[in-house]
Amino acid sequence: MAEITYRDALNQALAEEMERDDSVFLLGEEVAEYDGAYKVSKGLLDRFGDKRVKDTPISELGFAGLGVGSAMVGLRPIVEFMTFNFSFLALDQVINSASKMLSMSGGQIGIPIVFRGPSGAALQLGAQHSHACETWYLHAPGIKVVTPSTPADAKGLLKAAIRDNDPVAFMEGELLYNTKGEVPDDDDFVIPLGLADLKREGDDVSIITHGTMTHVALQAAGQLAKDGIEADVLDLRSLRPLDVDAILATVAKTNRAIYLEEGWPYLGVGAQIVSIIMEEAFDDLDAPVLRVTQADIPMPYNKKLEAWARPGVARAVEACKKVLYV
Amino acid sequence: MAETETAEISTVNGGPALGGFSKKKLVELLSQMLLYRRFEEKAEEAYAIGKIGGFCHLHIGQEGAAAGCILPLRQDDYVISGYRSHTQALAKGLSPEAVMSELYGKASGVSGGAGGSMHMFGADVGFMGGNGIVGAQAPLALGMAWAIHYRGGDQVCVCFLGDAAVNQGAFHESMNMAAIWNLPVIYVVENNAYGMGTKFTRMSDTEMIKKASSHGVPATSIDGEDVVATYSHFEDLIETVRQGGGPRFVDVECYRFKGHSMSDPVSGTYRSKEEVDHQTENADPICILRDRMFAARLLTGEELEVIDGEVRSMVDAAVEFAEAAPEPEVDTLYRNVYSEINPHGRLFFDGRGK
Ligand SMILES: Cc1ncc(C[n+]2csc(CCOP(=O)(O)OP(=O)(O)O)c2C)c(N)n1
Ligand SMILES: [Mg+2]
Repeated sequence: MAEITYRDALNQALAEEMERDDSVFLLGEEVAEYDGAYKVSKGLLDRFGDKRVKDTPISELGFAGLGVGSAMVGLRPIVEFMTFNFSFLALDQVINSASKMLSMSGGQIGIPIVFRGPSGAALQLGAQHSHACETWYLHAPGIKVVTPSTPADAKGLLKAAIRDNDPVAFMEGELLYNTKGEVPDDDDFVIPLGLADLKREGDDVSIITHGTMTHVALQAAGQLAKDGIEADVLDLRSLRPLDVDAILATVAKTNRAIYLEEGWPYLGVGAQIVSIIMEEAFDDLDAPVLRVTQADIPMPYNKKLEAWARPGVARAVEACKKVLYV
Repeated sequence: MAETETAEISTVNGGPALGGFSKKKLVELLSQMLLYRRFEEKAEEAYAIGKIGGFCHLHIGQEGAAAGCILPLRQDDYVISGYRSHTQALAKGLSPEAVMSELYGKASGVSGGAGGSMHMFGADVGFMGGNGIVGAQAPLALGMAWAIHYRGGDQVCVCFLGDAAVNQGAFHESMNMAAIWNLPVIYVVENNAYGMGTKFTRMSDTEMIKKASSHGVPATSIDGEDVVATYSHFEDLIETVRQGGGPRFVDVECYRFKGHSMSDPVSGTYRSKEEVDHQTENADPICILRDRMFAARLLTGEELEVIDGEVRSMVDAAVEFAEAAPEPEVDTLYRNVYSEINPHGRLFFDGRGK
């Protein structure tokens, strides 16, 4: 075990998987000579050369499609989006090509590709750079979606995503790159997709969440503990495949839950989770499941307004108290 | 072959009518094109009686492009196309049975009935689809060419586009990347002058052949109704690209004799009946080759009848096969959405899949 940053954990995962399998390559804007916009690919150009670490023009649709096309004939591309906000330009290739290819080819052509980069808000980047993009990818069958919250998860899940034979959208937290945590050094440290992680245990209420919001959930749980309320914090880690068993287990234990997420409420991740709980664990509930999301508006730039628009600790605490009727 | 060079743009002018090809080669080109024609005619019939559904785009009139651009390829070369691709799938080596069954939506279809007319796939023979999004195949072709380059192979990727697809951003992004990385890809525009009911010249201020030039991709224009010229030109181009010559762009001039898809009129609104009649009479790639072969005494009427009889019975057999083939089962539906069902977690949320 070593304590490293989320950024370095991702970098290790990339390097180890590229070492392991020479059909794995990385492409995207600024990934090679510049070391990546967030320095995730630092040093990889020197180590693997410019065929395997490829700078592209600013052509999201084109290079995402390049990745998909190369996967059609057996390569295992990792396409870095500088942020997932920019991936909207590439969505045709993600949805119409990557997610549907296996199905419409009658099982002939699978697409083992990873689309990765930061998703969600950082600080004061305004409406076009603060978008939580999970639902855009989750809506389409044929894609898997992964959202690591810690350095260990970042490494173990990225390795699993690269080894997976289907398209995986791997959404990193822009605010998490500098966070540190213990990460196993083992070359074969892989966290299988589809397993949630109970990041904190408590019997009174469940805060179910994913990605960057896991940290907000933990802070909220800390505050609740001061009032004698103990929360389970369930980090889903992978949203498709989704660890429904873990969701049902925490709800069965606490009988009260909230969903905390960075995105907008309408058809957000929480909407799906609430629906699953309602359909499959209705009798376990002692209160309606509430959702805490970003305000239903484009993200404002102003610091105070941005803080207000985010989900945040206070809102999570308030929602937990509401489902506890305290 | 005379080529008039203007910088990187050139028009390929005719050349000897039969290109010095052997009789065997010419007969092969003729019978392939006849197969495509008869196949599409059968598809048209089957569509009219409701055996084939959805959108169905016929290639009738454009057979010279399918034969001339694809037959010179090796089996391990890749072809990718749009939705007007039944005949291209045949040219790359898929069987008429498998393609017809796909049109019928049967389990024996190339894509098991999941694809239909617009999504023909034959990974084993390098036919990589079958795309319904205009221009989406351009970046996919780029990726396959990248994979060839990455592995140091000597295959070539041919990407068919319609004339309307060159106004997509995906096309220009792809041309640019193909050029900067010198990738082994040939972008072929089957220029039938219309995208649905929109004449190319209404939507572009530049000529087709200039679409590639700002990207630094050498371009040629060829008469796709002349299959011999098209074939010879592609033989040369493919060799150049195979040797590391970098990407190419080819404007293959042709004409669609039928409506855009089965539900569209052949003429009337966006093009006149006179125009279509004129083209059908004068620009039929099959008749052009036939007449040249007759004139050169390389084909007799009886020989032609034999060839036509052979391809007709192939197509009839394909229809019989498709008619008799079983429907795909519902339980195949979830099998091909993900190639890997992870041991943990749920992938499908409809309550029907697992
Ligand atoms: C992105 C996209 N926009 C629109 C359409 C609808 N559409 C299908 S074919 C077509 C015309 C394309 O014409 P062209 O590229 O010239 O090919 P052709 O049909 O002549 O072979 C249009 C507009 C589509 N399938 N995809
Ligand atoms: Mg056209």
